[in-house]
Amino acid sequence: MWDLLLAPFMVRAVIAAAVTGLAAPGMGTYLVQRRLSLMGDGIGHICVTGVALGLLTGTSPTYTAIVVAVIGAILIELIRTSGRATGDLALALLFYGGIAGGLVLVQLAGNGAFALQGYLFGSITTISYDDVVVSVLLAGVVVIAALALMPQLFAVSYDEDFARASGVPVWFYNTLVSVLAAVTVSVAMRTVGLLLVSALMIIPVATSQQFTRSFRTTMLAAMLGGLLASLAGVVVSAFLNLPPGATIVLVALAGFVATSPVGMVLQARRRARVPFAPESLPVHEESEERHRHEHGPGCGHLAIEHGDHVDYVHDGHRHAVHVTGEGQHYDEH
Amino acid sequence: MTDPSGSPVLALDRVGVVLGGRPIVRDVSLEVGAGQVVAILGANGSGKSTLVKSLVGLNPVSQGSVSLFGTPLPHFRHWERVGYVPQRSTVGTGVPATVREVVGSGRVARRTPFRPMSRAGRDAVTAALDLVGMAERAGHAVSTLSGGQQQRVLVARTLAGEPDLLLLDEPNAGVDHASQEAIAATLGGRADAGASVVVVLHELGPFGPLIDRVVALREGRVTYDGPPDQLVDGGGEGHHHDDHEPAWVARLHHPLERGH
Repeated sequence: MWDLLLAPFMVRAVIAAAVTGLAAPGMGTYLVQRRLSLMGDGIGHICVTGVALGLLTGTSPTYTAIVVAVIGAILIELIRTSGRATGDLALALLFYGGIAGGLVLVQLAGNGAFALQGYLFGSITTISYDDVVVSVLLAGVVVIAALALMPQLFAVSYDEDFARASGVPVWFYNTLVSVLAAVTVSVAMRTVGLLLVSALMIIPVATSQQFTRSFRTTMLAAMLGGLLASLAGVVVSAFLNLPPGATIVLVALAGFVATSPVGMVLQARRRARVPFAPESLPVHEESEERHRHEHGPGCGHLAIEHGDHVDYVHDGHRHAVHVTGEGQHYDEH
Repeated sequence: MTDPSGSPVLALDRVGVVLGGRPIVRDVSLEVGAGQVVAILGANGSGKSTLVKSLVGLNPVSQGSVSLFGTPLPHFRHWERVGYVPQRSTVGTGVPATVREVVGSGRVARRTPFRPMSRAGRDAVTAALDLVGMAERAGHAVSTLSGGQQQRVLVARTLAGEPDLLLLDEPNAGVDHASQEAIAATLGGRADAGASVVVVLHELGPFGPLIDRVVALREGRVTYDGPPDQLVDGGGEGHHHDDHEPAWVARLHHPLERGH
């Protein structure tokens, strides 16, 4: 047994898995807070083009993947800030463009899609000494940034408007999180593969936040969970001859499933302790505008069904008829 | 009435805000001095929240100019002197965070990256928690608090930054009466200590006694600017079951018709 664990390829695999398991949930915590849990997947798609460029030009796919992922991350932030309505769609276009472009480039490189397999699903047991060194350095940068810049990154992820009103360079920190997420994806590419990268960033956070009350503890516990899942996954996969990337993710998922009953009990108990503070009723907002007519079918204002009644769009906002004993008026809805 | 430098804390000159091609705020001029407590009143859609967001750079100022502590907004850099309390909407979602973590993030404008929080910073966070009566719950997750307590946490977060000018956007919305009173008392204390307060409100409520001046907006324009007593007496914010303006709104248009 020790022969296998101490074999050089296995030592390299364990080191690579450990640093990936630590770094991925660090950035994942900020992504979950920013409601960008799927961003890792998107960057993974873009990375396919990066890997293909590496194969095409004969440079290390790890380096080209990092460069393309970082450019992609900056593009994502630019699209997000340029306008929210179209941002979601633009992101989708970028992601699919990334994966399709990668497949075409790989074909041009004469390798066929098969060459991508090690990057899509991970190939931790064939990882080279140089790749391990790069992984350790980059994962170190990610972990240090995630912990040392927590005051700034937490403020920006928790309440962007407040951070901006405090004079914090919000765009810089948002882009930093995206760029570090891109670096994490490029590092984890060799461990769990591009298709499962996001799982290692998000699942440990989902597991740890069932039990935690603070942001810092959530992140630290998620990093510990990611580390344990990665180590256990690599070792289990070696002995049972399973694919390492998928095994790591399954171990992480098993951790979540095993702990969720305890988490549910804890959360139910916590909710029960919340005091029943008397909340004031939602504001009943009466329209102050005078109406030259009564809203109704055919009044010319757009009618929209709203629960049990119909609202009429009036000058950019919604009016609902409120009939009372003394007559009727319009409420703002 | 002025900052030690001789300038008003906040000065608006013919400010207009256009969002999505629609004018939301039009031609608003206003000066706020040190220690003054100003309420901005108006119905939904009157532009009061839009106006306050413009003052902290969250909305563009399309026309006119805004000065903070004598410096025009585009050149203003001392954001640690300005404390903004946004509407409570996204608090307590996402990853868990404790009350102390959220209040501590109010220091972000005064912190240097890669440096731990100073002793003075930790003291300011503790003091802010005490002021809003949330010190006992410092270690609780914000998501387990009631709406009123969450609003108090947001006020404490801003106070932790020790601002000289506080801008609050509807701190009473969905907040229980006890919390409204706690927030009002806290703001009164800050004003006594020399801070200026601009608070967007739907109605004066427990804030009434500490308001020096009311600015009423209607469709983005100032319709009343003066002491609150001419507003609050009489019908107040009564609910009028007709299609006409409530009495107090009518009075805003013609405040001088009351025998002055």
